[in-house]
Amino acid sequence: MRVMVLVKATEDSEQGFVPTPEAQAMLEAMGRFNEELTKAGVMLAGEGLKPTAQGKRIAFDGPGRTVIDGPFAETRELVAGFWLWEVKDMDEAVAWVKRCPNPMPGPSEIEIRPIYEMADLEGNPEADGSGRA
Amino acid sequence: MTAAETRQAIEAIFRIERARLIAGLVRVVRTVDRAEDLAQDALIIALAEWPRTGVPANPGAWLMTAAKRRAIDAIRRDRMRERKHAAIARDRDGAFGGTPEETDAAMDDDLGDELLGLIFTACHPVLSADARAALTLRVVGGLTTGEIARAFLSTEATIAQRIVRAKTTIAKAGLGFEVPRGAERAARLASVLEVVYLVFNEGYAATAGDDLVRPDLCREAQRLGRMLAGLMPGDAEVFGLLALMEIQASRLPARTGPDGALIPLTEQNRARWDQMLIHRGFDALARAEALGGDGPYALQAALAACHARACRPADTDWPRIAALYDRLRAVMPSPVVDLNRAIAYSMAFGPEAGLRLLDAMADSAALRNYAPLPAARGDFLFRAGRLAEARSAFEAAARLTRNLRERAFLNARADACD
Repeated sequence: MRVMVLVKATEDSEQGFVPTPEAQAMLEAMGRFNEELTKAGVMLAGEGLKPTAQGKRIAFDGPGRTVIDGPFAETRELVAGFWLWEVKDMDEAVAWVKRCPNPMPGPSEIEIRPIYEMADLEGNPEADGSGRA
Repeated sequence: MTAAETRQAIEAIFRIERARLIAGLVRVVRTVDRAEDLAQDALIIALAEWPRTGVPANPGAWLMTAAKRRAIDAIRRDRMRERKHAAIARDRDGAFGGTPEETDAAMDDDLGDELLGLIFTACHPVLSADARAALTLRVVGGLTTGEIARAFLSTEATIAQRIVRAKTTIAKAGLGFEVPRGAERAARLASVLEVVYLVFNEGYAATAGDDLVRPDLCREAQRLGRMLAGLMPGDAEVFGLLALMEIQASRLPARTGPDGALIPLTEQNRARWDQMLIHRGFDALARAEALGGDGPYALQAALAACHARACRPADTDWPRIAALYDRLRAVMPSPVVDLNRAIAYSMAFGPEAGLRLLDAMADSAALRNYAPLPAARGDFLFRAGRLAEARSAFEAAARLTRNLRERAFLNARADACD
């Protein structure tokens, strides 16, 4: 199964990358973790996101579209980076996240979300009622 | 955490660590069998201790230490026996070549090379292709014999026996668990890639059973391919194979209809192709090409990429495909490549160009009873307006195929020639 692993933002990550010795060390630790993921064949993709100050939101309401400039306020709900992994199950994803270095200087959170596969969206072809042979 | 949850967590950790653990242990105990047993012992010790003590900070190192202790205990027991029976003075720690500290250091190195050594040994040409595939899935992929048996539609007993025999053959042949160097490395790598592609194809074009595709087997092969790419970042063909598998796998959702029948490439709904896999395939292909990739896998991946780039069948870059088949024919000559090359030429330069190539291979014994050959001829003749000849070619193809659905399709094309 595929999962998306979301690194939640903190006040620090919302400040943007500052090349302090601590931040450099964290980056190196993260590099080693990424290498391990790659060697295990788990890693499909992964990127770090710039602070929401450089992001935009587009609000939808019926036909209306409104563009809202960052930064956004609800820090703990924001995302600072993500991976896409191919793992056997959620247990394996949890085991991998547990060995990830803390991505932030202070307390932080990583969230794992299973990805919809084509089959989840289609249901059982025998039961789709289309009557196709 | 409940006991069941802890057990699940430990098993998930073990799944991650298993291959590396076995790869590290095999260097000390020299047999896959023994290394697997020791890894299993370490899991049992962890299942007994971790629920009490909590999961250690570095579970991989913990498991390795536990397995290693068991190995050392066993070796000590053997030594005691040897000393008693033979009373021959021996180098006490010869097997490890040094003090326990040195042994520790040796076992805690980067295990990348050991894992690769294990893969190269599991794929050694001394084993049959079936045995290589089963052993690799078992030891490197961590699949159970039951899972492998289901994948290859065999019985658990057969697979278990195949794996035991493979291990015995490796032990008897005294194979070292090292990654070979130089020319030997290239030759052996070919065997490793062949095994991974064999597993992929077993999932992609199932040779037996009710289902035409078994995606879980494809996923396992892709995982092995990604693993190899992570372990051998400088090898063009490794990335070529990975690119080929990612791009082919991107079509799995479009490749079968609701009734399970195969849908040919030109009729697939391209919106259903998995874009992430396509882009992963393109990345791996770019890497293969940057590494000078002109081997069979890199070229086949380049061919697959041509189709993946075309949003509609009409957008397909047939001249490029024809040129790639020219190159593929030079490195991987085969009648099937020749046939596909003729089809590419007919699409790129017109049906007569395809017919000329087919005429040149008319006496190929390997394709005498191969339905796709007259089917292609029929198609070229039809497009050239030579309808009577096209009809007899389609009829010949229909007589040769054993697939009922295909026969109906070919008969319909024959009827369309009137």
